[in-house]
Amino acid sequence: MDQALVTARGLTKRFGEFVAVDGVDFDVHRGEAFGFLGPNGAGKSSTMKMIGAVSPVTSGSLRVFGLDPADDGPTIRSRLGVVPQEDSLDTELSVEENLYVYGRYFDLPRSVIRDKIDELLAFAQLTDRRKDKVQPLSGGMKRRLTIARALINDPDLMLLDEPTTGLDPQARHVLWDRLYRLKQQGVTLIITTHYMDEAEQLCDRLVVMDKAQIVAEGSPKELIERFTTREVVELRFPLGEQEQVIDRIEGIAKRTEALPDRVLMYTDDADAAMAEVAARSLNPESVVVRRSTLEDVFLHLTGRSLID
Amino acid sequence: MSTPISLRVYESRARTYRHTWRGSVVSTFLNPVLFLLAMGLGLGTLVDDSGTGQSLSGLAYLEFLAPGLLVATAMQTGASDAAWPVMAGIKWLRTYHAALATPVSTRHVVYGHLLWVTTRLLMVGVIYVAIMWLFGAVPLLGGVSAILPAVLTGLAFAAPVTALTSRLESEVGLTSLFRFGIVPLFLFSGAFFPVSQLPDWLEPVAWVVPTWHGIELARQWTAGVPAGASAAVHIGFLVAVTAVGTALAVRSFDRRMRI
Repeated sequence: MDQALVTARGLTKRFGEFVAVDGVDFDVHRGEAFGFLGPNGAGKSSTMKMIGAVSPVTSGSLRVFGLDPADDGPTIRSRLGVVPQEDSLDTELSVEENLYVYGRYFDLPRSVIRDKIDELLAFAQLTDRRKDKVQPLSGGMKRRLTIARALINDPDLMLLDEPTTGLDPQARHVLWDRLYRLKQQGVTLIITTHYMDEAEQLCDRLVVMDKAQIVAEGSPKELIERFTTREVVELRFPLGEQEQVIDRIEGIAKRTEALPDRVLMYTDDADAAMAEVAARSLNPESVVVRRSTLEDVFLHLTGRSLID
Repeated sequence: MSTPISLRVYESRARTYRHTWRGSVVSTFLNPVLFLLAMGLGLGTLVDDSGTGQSLSGLAYLEFLAPGLLVATAMQTGASDAAWPVMAGIKWLRTYHAALATPVSTRHVVYGHLLWVTTRLLMVGVIYVAIMWLFGAVPLLGGVSAILPAVLTGLAFAAPVTALTSRLESEVGLTSLFRFGIVPLFLFSGAFFPVSQLPDWLEPVAWVVPTWHGIELARQWTAGVPAGASAAVHIGFLVAVTAVGTALAVRSFDRRMRI
């Protein structure tokens, strides 16, 4: 039977009056990559900290590996690999010592850690930096080292809180490649992100969070099919003109969304929509046709962009 | 056999020290030499010549100073090793957060950290006593026996300072702690002159300061005065402050990092 690694029912986190997570339900199954997508402050990180048995649950129920974090925190944490949002490497230690010290926290025998370090440094593409101090490493390297560190105990479940935030595009792609390999090896991943492309690349299934609640759930493909059209036509007008023409755009597409800097037309037939734009003699400065993404799903569900 | 979790935390601190020991060892050697030269011999000659030996219980100033300096230095070491490294673990490097994502819990972090501070205090104590003995300021056995009160005094500061640091948002508070707390205590707790020289109303204040208890005990033991009821009171006070400080530290670690 497919037993869920994580089960949450009515999971709630409050800080005084402030509700960070408001009664969410979800299941994470063995072997899948599960995503929490949402803007900053949606409650993703709070949810992650509760799963990580670091932050106590306010109310509702949460089971990780079938265990209650309130009773079995250390046992749960011994089977997790955690990649926190903010770096927490010991910059006074070398690359390999960071892995070594972390392995000792899990009480792994020294000889086991030494073998594991070789393997993990190769995986993180840091073998030639093993004796170096951590401080001068690039942001991407530090992230890879943090992921390697989280793998030292062969975790059954990895928690990655915004793993690529703050990295340049190239470093993000290297990291995605590493995470994809983990997925191929059957490691269960839970990822929070506010990047749609990241969620689409990595997640088999995800929930969209907004204002402490889950507003939709499904695979990236399902969500796009359910909440948006196949294609999007983006129109940009010269400064100040958008307000004047917006009424004349209405009705061309299934749905029209006016953003501060551009107009989005949701349609299943971009060519027809563009022809209609020309027929109505609208003269956008630029026209871009693209596939719908999770960004559009989010915009539709919440009326706001993911990243402001 | 599994290693107790606090010892795993201790091990990581010890490993970090491998990279930073050079700087700290140099100052640990240099400080007592400078103090003993300047205060013990330089100022001490003046003190001894003016015949104030009565208020120093008949000791030469160098002999009076040595145990006090040992304990006052232990206080400084205990306080600063519980300030900056704890701020780093919580805020600057976040290494405590990293540890708490593993089977390690807050109490293990606190215990492992204080265990490491104990090791540091022992190192400082041994080096100081060795140098003081070379200066002829303490007898060997008496000097070694003074290491215990020094370590206890260091811990009686390390534990509450750990609790305090974990409640501070920034290092500004730490600078104030040293400027208005540790430095005055270093000067006025009886290391450099007997607290009987303080104004009468101020003297009782010394009784609630761990440093005074440590210095009194260290001086008794260095001089070979056998342990009596007063020794039990001094030790009891230092242990109690350490225990309360440790419990407070665990609580404030929970409030800070497991919310």
